[in-house]
Amino acid sequence: MASLWRYLLGGFGLAALLAGVLAVVYLTAPHAPQPSSDVGRSRTTANKLFVATFEPEKGVIRQGELESWLLTLKTVEGAPVEGAAITISGGMPQHKHGLPTSPQATDYLGEGRYRIDGVKFTMSGWWQLHFAISAAAGSDTVVFNVVL
Amino acid sequence: MSRFSSLLALVMVAVLAGCGRPEFSDAEKQTVASLALSKLPPLKPDTTNRFAEVPAAAALGSTLFFDTGMSGGGTVSCSTCHKIDRQFQDDLPQAVGVGRTNRRTMPLAGVAHDPWFFWDGRRDSLWAQALTPLENPLEQAGNRAAFAHYIKARFGERYERIFGPLPDLSGVPANANPLGTDAERAAWNAMPEAQAEEVNRVFANIGKAIAAFERSIAPPQTRFDRFATDLAVGAEPQGDAVFSPEEILGLKLFIGKANCVTCHNGPRFTDGSFHNTGVPPVAGLPPDRGRVDAVAQVEADPFNCFGTFRDGDASACRELRFMVKAGPELIRGYKTPSLRGAATRPPYMHAGQFSSLDEVVAHYSKAPASVEGVSEIHPLQLSDRERAALVAFLKTLAE
Repeated sequence: MASLWRYLLGGFGLAALLAGVLAVVYLTAPHAPQPSSDVGRSRTTANKLFVATFEPEKGVIRQGELESWLLTLKTVEGAPVEGAAITISGGMPQHKHGLPTSPQATDYLGEGRYRIDGVKFTMSGWWQLHFAISAAAGSDTVVFNVVL
Repeated sequence: MSRFSSLLALVMVAVLAGCGRPEFSDAEKQTVASLALSKLPPLKPDTTNRFAEVPAAAALGSTLFFDTGMSGGGTVSCSTCHKIDRQFQDDLPQAVGVGRTNRRTMPLAGVAHDPWFFWDGRRDSLWAQALTPLENPLEQAGNRAAFAHYIKARFGERYERIFGPLPDLSGVPANANPLGTDAERAAWNAMPEAQAEEVNRVFANIGKAIAAFERSIAPPQTRFDRFATDLAVGAEPQGDAVFSPEEILGLKLFIGKANCVTCHNGPRFTDGSFHNTGVPPVAGLPPDRGRVDAVAQVEADPFNCFGTFRDGDASACRELRFMVKAGPELIRGYKTPSLRGAATRPPYMHAGQFSSLDEVVAHYSKAPASVEGVSEIHPLQLSDRERAALVAFLKTLAE
């Protein structure tokens, strides 16, 4: 019996050593850029001029499909933002490439809602969409993270 | 001691049993399932070609596809390079029609699912694509007026049953083309506008018939699909659906560490988009900058979705409308090819740069810099065993 306990103790010792080595390797390894944890569909713009909400018009994201999304713009007080000029850019930070399409704001649907057409996510992973927004209240930017 | 021995034996059995069964995480299983042929959605209707689903149009298209009469010298057809018994490609590094081109012939299985055509996407519909080799002096080397005369003489009745009456071609020169030789261009420019439009209409319909035929060319089921189906439902793979440990390692690398699935995704193993992956140019061929030069070509194409030969409304033109027109990443960007059947159709890449899958995998493992623009891929440091496993997995897509 004594030898069994010796084996078990040795086993635990080795396991603890392995865990220690792995922890050191993990903690010191260089980290690639990680997807932002903020994948929220509603965000306040950088200079806090607007609250923007960005969501797929059909409710779901389908990889590889040309889709339309809705960008809803409100003031921080909750009033819809009308007549905004919107330009869109973006890409995949981890692959250092841009969007596979050039999405555009194609329609104003009322109540601060703008149709952003021509959005396509061709790959799984972390995407970023940058919006530059110009309206009566001023110009501001907002970034949305989309992880597929 | 005997209790300890039996405990040790039990642990050993458990470990070995674990090794014998392929263990896939839920995320891996989900990715594998997304690649199965059963996930390929039905072909979307092509509203720009109202003959796309007309059987008589597909039948005429098939006749034209194999007809060497559809060329300047009467010796080359679509099927000269897109060989029916060779996955509709020709096994050559660069296609040879009337002359030698600068690009590898693309296979056609599932081609109608693509948003862009050719390696660089210089056409935006299957029917507009089909027209391009007909007039390329290195491919079929024909001209628009001659094609209209040929259709009327050879297939007039079949054509008219599908597309309606052919125009009066009596005043149309035998050879005329807005691209072609000086003489052909002069003859074309001398034609009244309405007459040129009528010839263009017959020409567009040739493309629409060929596209209707090509829509029927679908990728077949493979060993991978049988394996993926079993994995998805939790069934034990049987017969040839059983993957060897090497094939399983290759699949895991493909969807994991080697990042292949980033671009080679979905049931066709392609994202349909354009990427610079640092594939070297071929000495002796004309300069080739890929997607960056194709943007102007597709915009200038009179048969593109914005042109007058489109059926249906412009809502079908969203790919062209939202196309990326500029940017450094378009330089030497080439379309991600489908990997289905790739193992049995070397050579590889847009100009047949690599003669084997070993060379392809070695390229992606090493990730050399691009001669122009920036390669999107990064070195992988794959071992010999890992590279061989990736090749073994790719073969399951061609069996």
